[in-house]
Amino acid sequence: MVRLAIAVFCGLLFGAGMVISDMVNPERVLAFLDVAGAWDPSLAFVMGGALIPSSIAYLIRRRMDAPVAAETFHVPESRSIDLPLVGGAIVFGLGWGLVGLCPGPALAALTTGAWQAFVFVGAMLAGMVVFRLTVDRKS
Amino acid sequence: MEPISFIWPLTGGLLVGLSAGLYLLANGRVAGISGLTAAATGLSRGAPRSLGLAFIVGLLIGAAVASTLIRQPVLTVTSSVGLLVVGGLLVGFGTRWGSGCTSGHGVCGLARLSPRSLVATGGFMAVAALTVFVVRHIIGGA
Repeated sequence: MVRLAIAVFCGLLFGAGMVISDMVNPERVLAFLDVAGAWDPSLAFVMGGALIPSSIAYLIRRRMDAPVAAETFHVPESRSIDLPLVGGAIVFGLGWGLVGLCPGPALAALTTGAWQAFVFVGAMLAGMVVFRLTVDRKS
Repeated sequence: MEPISFIWPLTGGLLVGLSAGLYLLANGRVAGISGLTAAATGLSRGAPRSLGLAFIVGLLIGAAVASTLIRQPVLTVTSSVGLLVVGGLLVGFGTRWGSGCTSGHGVCGLARLSPRSLVATGGFMAVAALTVFVVRHIIGGA
């Protein structure tokens, strides 16, 4: 129960951050990615701002044996640079650059009621289903 | 599209980082939205569905509350329906294949200096910027 409450609370902070930063706005994201055009540096502040508390937390983690509300840390330890990592980043980058939405902002954009967000999130979930049924089909 | 003061993205970014940091120290997990979305929809191996659902529900409420009380976002979407569908499919497939998106690799991975996340973040940022360049300046001729 505590873990679920923490997840909801972290979700609240994240969702508010998406709206307050204006990362929900695809045009703002595309303007940031458009380094050869009228470049909008806004998203560099989002990334920079996010890395401050996040880095501090990961430094604190080094001194902890276990998380506060769970038995163990579930942080990926793999260090191998493989095809799925690079291929996935390329496919994701292509989709992100075409529309200007990545998963967090896309979900947050649903709450504005914009129909485009619903189309995008529906397709995004379909993309995840395709992955599960193809590359991730092991059992 | 109106320019905005850097205070907005900086404040929003700090909130995202607080969310990721708290989720790590309290629940011991990476706050990556593509992974949490897959978990919430039962499309993930291993990650608990309940936590994914709780986080995503919180995200939607947080976005709705912030839109009402703090800042009403004005969305500008220029993509056609076809482009939205293609982009969504690529983002869904790519983030699962590459094990993360802007939050998991970008915020959490860079914070712990994960070599995988450095490569992924550099990769998807570069490809996204290149895509925008091709669409706007080569095809679009802007």
